[in-house]
Amino acid sequence: MREQIEGSRAVARAVAACRPGVICAYPISPQTHIVEALSTLVKSGALKGCEFVNVESEFAALSVAIGASAAGARAYTATASQGLLFMAEALYNAAGLGLPIVMTVANRALGAPINIWNDHSDALSQRDSGWIQLYAESNQDAADLHIQAFRLAEELSLPVMVCMDGFVLTHAYEAVDVPAVEQVDRYLPGFTPRQCLDPADPITIGAMVGPEAFTEVRYLAHQTHQRALERIPALGSAFTEIFGRPGMGLLAPYRADAETVVLALGSVLGTLKDTVDDLRGLGHSIGVIGLTTFRPFPAEALRAALAGAKRVVVLDRALAVGVGGVVSIDVAAALAGTDLRQHTVVAGLGGRPITRASLHGTLLRAIEDDLPPLTFLDLDHRLLATAGA
Amino acid sequence: MFSVRIHGRGGQGVVTAAELLSIAAHAAGRYAQAFPSFGSERTGAPVVAFCRVSDGPIRLREPVMHPDGLIVQDPTLLPLPEVFAGLAAHAYVLLNSRHDAAEIELPPVVERTRLAVLPATQLALTHLGRPVPNIALLGGFAALTGLVPIGAVLDAIRGRFHGPVADGNVAAAQAAYDRVLQQRTELTDA
Repeated sequence: MREQIEGSRAVARAVAACRPGVICAYPISPQTHIVEALSTLVKSGALKGCEFVNVESEFAALSVAIGASAAGARAYTATASQGLLFMAEALYNAAGLGLPIVMTVANRALGAPINIWNDHSDALSQRDSGWIQLYAESNQDAADLHIQAFRLAEELSLPVMVCMDGFVLTHAYEAVDVPAVEQVDRYLPGFTPRQCLDPADPITIGAMVGPEAFTEVRYLAHQTHQRALERIPALGSAFTEIFGRPGMGLLAPYRADAETVVLALGSVLGTLKDTVDDLRGLGHSIGVIGLTTFRPFPAEALRAALAGAKRVVVLDRALAVGVGGVVSIDVAAALAGTDLRQHTVVAGLGGRPITRASLHGTLLRAIEDDLPPLTFLDLDHRLLATAGA
Repeated sequence: MFSVRIHGRGGQGVVTAAELLSIAAHAAGRYAQAFPSFGSERTGAPVVAFCRVSDGPIRLREPVMHPDGLIVQDPTLLPLPEVFAGLAAHAYVLLNSRHDAAEIELPPVVERTRLAVLPATQLALTHLGRPVPNIALLGGFAALTGLVPIGAVLDAIRGRFHGPVADGNVAAAQAAYDRVLQQRTELTDA
């Protein structure tokens, strides 16, 4: 049943419907409402058989999740921004150890300067951590992706980050069909860990690996990510069969059979689709591709989806300082050897709203071949002048 | 699509008002979206929240820049230029003030026939015992715009609050609704 609900609460209920055995989290805006709602569900008894562990930091939150997962519990945590950075060491361990933890990242900028608002700097900074990264366009997506993330994580024995835009989604009220436990039970089997720490049957997880096998371990991790490229659409289809809604995929194309295609992640896709409809109405050949799966990067699928396009505009919500857009780097690698012209538009940093009017103007420039390879949306030149730039 | 912008101060329930408006609209069978401004919400600081209501799914996530309906919860915000910025033609404006509409100086973009002024803080004090004007204003907004039925607003209030706080807010919203409806009738008759 569709209900008008805050994104954070919808996600909390979706996670609860997956019945994690351990939830541990340290509060940080804009993730706080998610873990607050989960703690309430645990305390009220609505989420049975779950231990909610209060910890002293994000580093501890993920460390507890690692321990819980290694001991055979379905484990969940959530964070954002500096909290994710504080987890960095443990992030690589969770992935390297192949522990199927699911974590929500309520995407937020990284300081300094301190800024609590939304962009993708946090999750994208961990692109090489070995975690799968999925991005939600709407709160329905965010809720649904969590259900699918547990299944994907446990099938591949890999941790999965579900990224949802901080404030724009976490604090937005919109109608969501919150997955019911009975439906989730049909989709998500109970967690059978690939390995389990058990005093009755001792094993070692996380032994040192020297030069003789380290490359092979990394190679196998890469192979698992390649397998994820097949499993993500397959598990998305399985989701559709049970829930009757679109499941996850690698890409989410919208009117993408076009000369100009805009590639973006997350909640800006909605505003982009409205803009593209406007531009189509003016006779321009333009479409959108949502990048649902950022890790593993779906290079082949992207090449195929852009086969008929003349140019691609990557809307990047994070900046690789000294380079340009973060996602753009992967797009350029994927499109190497093709004739596609690529533009990067860095947009919406630190919560600056991405408006339909600004997108309209910038995309028109791209269509007219008047857009430089790298631009910053709505760059305030007057403000720069006051800074002496 | 009907877009609403609510201006107030931290502690006045600006975000709650937008959320409840969206819940009422959803209950009335519409699509709705509510979200806070991308500002830091501290007690007393200016706060903005948005609500969109439509007959179809809402994809747009930019802030509401051209509101069809504007609620100003705190009269001390009226001099701020951003409060009336981008107001759509024929927009409805609802102000919290103890003064009569004729006494309040407003930019020319505000159409007096689409304006309602409500002593929402006093109504809240009377019915709730606390100077929180947001819920009374929602009742008034339902009367001014017809965007949502008052019954759906009252249900949304009861869904959010409990006990005497729910009762007080329901009474304040109903009183505000009646008052604005009365104002509108007098305006039409005049």
